[in-house]
Amino acid sequence: MKTVTITMKNVPDLYLEGDMITPDQFAGKTNEEIAALRTYEGRETYCLGDNFEISGDAVGATPAETKIIVKGDCTKVKYIGMNMTAGEVVVEGSCDMYTGGWMKGGKLHVKGNVDSFSGLGMEGGEFTVDGNAGNFIGASYRGDWRGMQGGVLRVKGNVGSDIGTFMNGGTLIVEGNADVHIGTHAEGGTIIIKGNANRRIGGQMVKGTIYVYGDITYMMPGFQYTKDVELEVDGDKAVFAEYIGDLGERHSKSKGQVVYGKIYRKK
Amino acid sequence: MSEILIKNGHVFDVVSGVKGDAKDIAIKDGKIVDKVSSKAKTIDASGKTVMAGALDIHAHVAGPKVNLGRWFRPEDKWYRGQMRGGIVKETSRMEQGFSIPSVFRTGYCYGRMGYTFVMEAAMPPLYARHVHEEIHDTPIIDEAALPVFGNNWFVMEYLKEKDIQKTAAYIAWLMRVTKGYGIKVVNPGGTEAWGWGLNCLGINDEVPYFDITPAEITTGLIEANEYLGLPHSVHIHPNSLGDPGNNPVTIDTMKLAAKYKPNNKFGREQVLHMTHLQFHSYGGSGWGDFCSASKEIMDYVNKHKEITFDTGNVTLDETTTMTADGPFEHHLCALNHLKWCNVDVELETGSGVVPFIYSPNVFPCAVQWATGLELALLAKDPMRTMITTDHPNAGPFTRYPRVFKWLMSKKTRDEQMAAFKNSGKVADATILNELDREITLYELSQMTRAAPAKALGLSSTRGGLATGMDADVAIYDIDPTKMPTDPETIEKVFLNASYLLKNGEIVISDGQIVFENPKKMTFWVNAKAPENKQVNRDIREKFLRYYTVTQANYEVPDSYAPHPFVIETEANV
Ligand SMILES: [Zn+2]
Ligand SMILES: [Zn+2]
Repeated sequence: MKTVTITMKNVPDLYLEGDMITPDQFAGKTNEEIAALRTYEGRETYCLGDNFEISGDAVGATPAETKIIVKGDCTKVKYIGMNMTAGEVVVEGSCDMYTGGWMKGGKLHVKGNVDSFSGLGMEGGEFTVDGNAGNFIGASYRGDWRGMQGGVLRVKGNVGSDIGTFMNGGTLIVEGNADVHIGTHAEGGTIIIKGNANRRIGGQMVKGTIYVYGDITYMMPGFQYTKDVELEVDGDKAVFAEYIGDLGERHSKSKGQVVYGKIYRKK
Repeated sequence: MSEILIKNGHVFDVVSGVKGDAKDIAIKDGKIVDKVSSKAKTIDASGKTVMAGALDIHAHVAGPKVNLGRWFRPEDKWYRGQMRGGIVKETSRMEQGFSIPSVFRTGYCYGRMGYTFVMEAAMPPLYARHVHEEIHDTPIIDEAALPVFGNNWFVMEYLKEKDIQKTAAYIAWLMRVTKGYGIKVVNPGGTEAWGWGLNCLGINDEVPYFDITPAEITTGLIEANEYLGLPHSVHIHPNSLGDPGNNPVTIDTMKLAAKYKPNNKFGREQVLHMTHLQFHSYGGSGWGDFCSASKEIMDYVNKHKEITFDTGNVTLDETTTMTADGPFEHHLCALNHLKWCNVDVELETGSGVVPFIYSPNVFPCAVQWATGLELALLAKDPMRTMITTDHPNAGPFTRYPRVFKWLMSKKTRDEQMAAFKNSGKVADATILNELDREITLYELSQMTRAAPAKALGLSSTRGGLATGMDADVAIYDIDPTKMPTDPETIEKVFLNASYLLKNGEIVISDGQIVFENPKKMTFWVNAKAPENKQVNRDIREKFLRYYTVTQANYEVPDSYAPHPFVIETEANV
């Protein structure tokens, strides 16, 4: 694995669309070629080198052999790691929205915070945020019905609202608290909230699983308690109360049994 | 205005009877002329194909239904669209959207494909202003719109009384106040029945309350159309769209036209245009034994000159379905569980919008793909056959070049057929594998130019390159004497014309849009019918009692269509 470091030298006035900051786009290029990659800020076109200092050894021949370290103030950079399929990206600080959107593979690690729509429609790979994340994490793009579909997205801090909307695969772990609307319209996948969860969890959920360790402010009326079960979740063993739902939604059958979405509340 | 000479291109033109011979086309003041002076600007078209500007007889490109799709499918603009079109400085406007492109992208993309006229296929009269606003904002292409009549309260009441004159007087009034072009019928009676939670699946199903059948609505409208002498015929989306085994309903609908003769001064020979016929050509009794019935359908169409049709080819894309056939959209949503929008348009019509993925892995989608191609390949008369995708219902119009490729190359059809997940089952349910026909460039020029021009009653000025016709010309980088060995070239070439001239102005040069605001017009028909005091009174009355707008606010003012091309007609009294 070869490492290239890009360091913010000119913080953009507006927001920089940084979807070329991926091992896929960097692989096989010289530092000069990376600096020449086209970026967008508002309606203007720039080069990556206009904002970032590019340093380090030449990148790998393939995305899998390429590691990118992003340094400096990137709170005005969107789309880092978007569509990446392999390799590694480490953001030393915080970055803006759509980080890791539609990510398909590889590792993405943000040591600060990310803003809303991060991990949108994620299909695979590992995406870890050490700080907090905004709204619509692991959800679908506005209007779309294809939320997170695979991979593991872990936020060590808190998240905002509407996480996992239209999720249908993969695992989304929040080690802190989550706000309203969790797993709305979900048709699969796993959401684990280790802190507290606010209202409207699993609304219109067809399939999938949501675990909550802390408090739930209000349960949705469309969920029904069934039984207590002992489970191991993300390495934690505990007894959980199982609820099925959303009873107001359509549900398919598997081997004669109706398949419901499930919420597990830690006792 | 300047003179232009297109030199030495291989011309394909039905009107002047040229089948690929190298020929010069002279243009002066926006018209095709016999010759031009030595000062004329020349375009070297040697080794290239020259055709008239193409006409699209059926697409949903402007108005509230299309915009509803744009509103509720932001994802269509995002990773499926061209995200930063505006920064590519070829055109001045950003180009957004894939299946429901912005008006700007719509105009640019049609222009790039060599199209200069597009018929908006379903205008809800109440929202005609919106349709005309979008038409006005769409660059390059001339447009017209067909108001929908098949579920209209006035029409159903007058036809229940079998009063063709009142029906015609109402139609003439409505076409004038909405600046419409012709009579569109969508699921006759069925959309109104949907207002009662029902549908009309056959031509003899009663419409609730109105006590009339789809058959009576259809024949009444054909009679009114010929009484008014309109340039286009009745344009019908029959009952039972998309249902397995619907081919008898389609044939029943076509039979209704058999006893009528066209009566117009525009050279139109059909009395019924069957739109998106692919969606109406199915056998089987459910999705398990779903199959193509293209043979039954085309056996009938081939023998009946009073019928024209467009294909409605499925392009195997993720797209957005939208139709005034409200019950159909509800049915579709129950199948795919994606989002659904439904609109009721007061006394007139309704509509629904649902995204749809025509997946090559899904058996019925693959059968639909084959069925649409079979219709065109079985057609004996290219002058009654038109290629559409019922944009965006069966696929976006930007896939026309891909449909041309499939029609022109058996090899690419075979490859697609083999690539289906259920290819064996699909082959059994269709006859596409047995059809060796490959459409020629000349036939393509018929299906995309001369045929739609004739069916729309525009053959004197559009769809051809004879002297005196409008100078809408498309030049494609394809040499008919050396057809490309790779069929993909066909798609590429028809997706982006080398040159496009619109009314004698150069819009595309060397494959780039160089002039994006040529003169473009809104075509509409000012149909004259004998004044009918009762109809005038009924209209006033209905506005007072039922409409949410006043009659004065209903009419589309001239300022909404500031570049009109008005066709005057007289009733055949
Ligand atoms: Zn239709
Ligand atoms: Zn249509």
